[in-house]
Amino acid sequence: MKKFDTIIIGAGPAGLTAGIYLARAKKSVLIVDQGAAGGQMVLTHKIANYPGVLEISGYELANNMKKQAKSFGCKIYSSSKITKMDILGKEKFIQIDGEDEFSADSVIIATGGEPRSLGLDSEKKFKGKGISYCATCDGDFFQDQDIIVVGGGNSALEEAVSLTKYAKSVTIVHQFDHFQGYEHAIREANDHPKINIILEHEVDEFLGDESLTSVRIRSNKNGSTQVLNATGAFIFIGYIPRTDHFKGILDINDRGEIIVDADLRINVIGVFAAGDVVTKKYRQVTTAVSDGTVAALSVMEYLNTK
Amino acid sequence: MLGTNLDHIELASALEKAISENENVMVCCGRMGPMCLPVYDIMENLEDKYENVKFFDMEFDIPDAGVIRNLPECSNFYGLPFTVYYKNGKVVKATSSIQNKQEVTAILNSEFGKPE
Repeated sequence: MKKFDTIIIGAGPAGLTAGIYLARAKKSVLIVDQGAAGGQMVLTHKIANYPGVLEISGYELANNMKKQAKSFGCKIYSSSKITKMDILGKEKFIQIDGEDEFSADSVIIATGGEPRSLGLDSEKKFKGKGISYCATCDGDFFQDQDIIVVGGGNSALEEAVSLTKYAKSVTIVHQFDHFQGYEHAIREANDHPKINIILEHEVDEFLGDESLTSVRIRSNKNGSTQVLNATGAFIFIGYIPRTDHFKGILDINDRGEIIVDADLRINVIGVFAAGDVVTKKYRQVTTAVSDGTVAALSVMEYLNTK
Repeated sequence: MLGTNLDHIELASALEKAISENENVMVCCGRMGPMCLPVYDIMENLEDKYENVKFFDMEFDIPDAGVIRNLPECSNFYGLPFTVYYKNGKVVKATSSIQNKQEVTAILNSEFGKPE
């Protein structure tokens, strides 16, 4: 079993930044992520508010961070699932993909968040066959078709407007009686001639044979249902912190976020948390990078004094 | 050409050659977008493990990608990437939209055999 100074779980901007700082300080670092390195950053088409960089794609920024972390000696396992884990003791342990086993003196949890799904069986059935989570990727498959957008935050409103470039009509279905997005995003969606809005309704089931043909929605006021003809459904209902591995082990609040102190320590000695997975108000690439820095410096202090 | 570390297919004739010369082939046809990137990353990770499979990507928007886009197996697909698995030159499986590593390895194992 190979031993590292630190295992970082998550290769988004927080995890990669922590890796860069630690590896540059000559600590041995393993970074593991169940998806591609870069986390949610790779989902961003253009980043124009990262200081010192005028404009860059999320993928490119992520790739640069990954290369930088590797150049300092970080070992990165992407698309790799943690199959066993024990981080409560002095020596931390993980197993990856049921095969490779590693230990470390410290752990940084930077697992970020993931898009929330509706959790319907029919949602899985029609993934890629009408149901999508990316308007930029799949919008052009729905030229002159009737589609729905599920959600009521900024992403849902902005993507609904962008989908009007392709679709004949876009119906926004939202569970509450008002939207959670910014005023300008709400106004733009409200004023668009191709956009219809149905509030206080939730998706009951996606319907179709080989591909999606319609969506049954249910009123949250009286439980009545109606069927909307739709060959496409785009789902933007927010993100949830990726903390399933840690429930019952770590202090986690009712929103599923890991509770940390100012130095990003948690309730287990030698374990730290950073990025979108921790309890905080604002989630940006820059705040994740900041967290990664703080967590790395806290780990260094811990390793040097333990 | 896609900016991945996979081998790229740019011509329909190159795909024909690849599936005629290799028993097991996986081709991911997509863009550099958020649904496609994780699948390329998974393929890059699996290349060393599945020595019996040739892994390729293909840019979705080039004309020759019609050889994937117009497959009957992809006729109901509305999400990128289109991932196609060939055995002895024939399509044995095709998937639409993002897939995770477990989904990809399940297909590789069932269609092409689990590596030793």
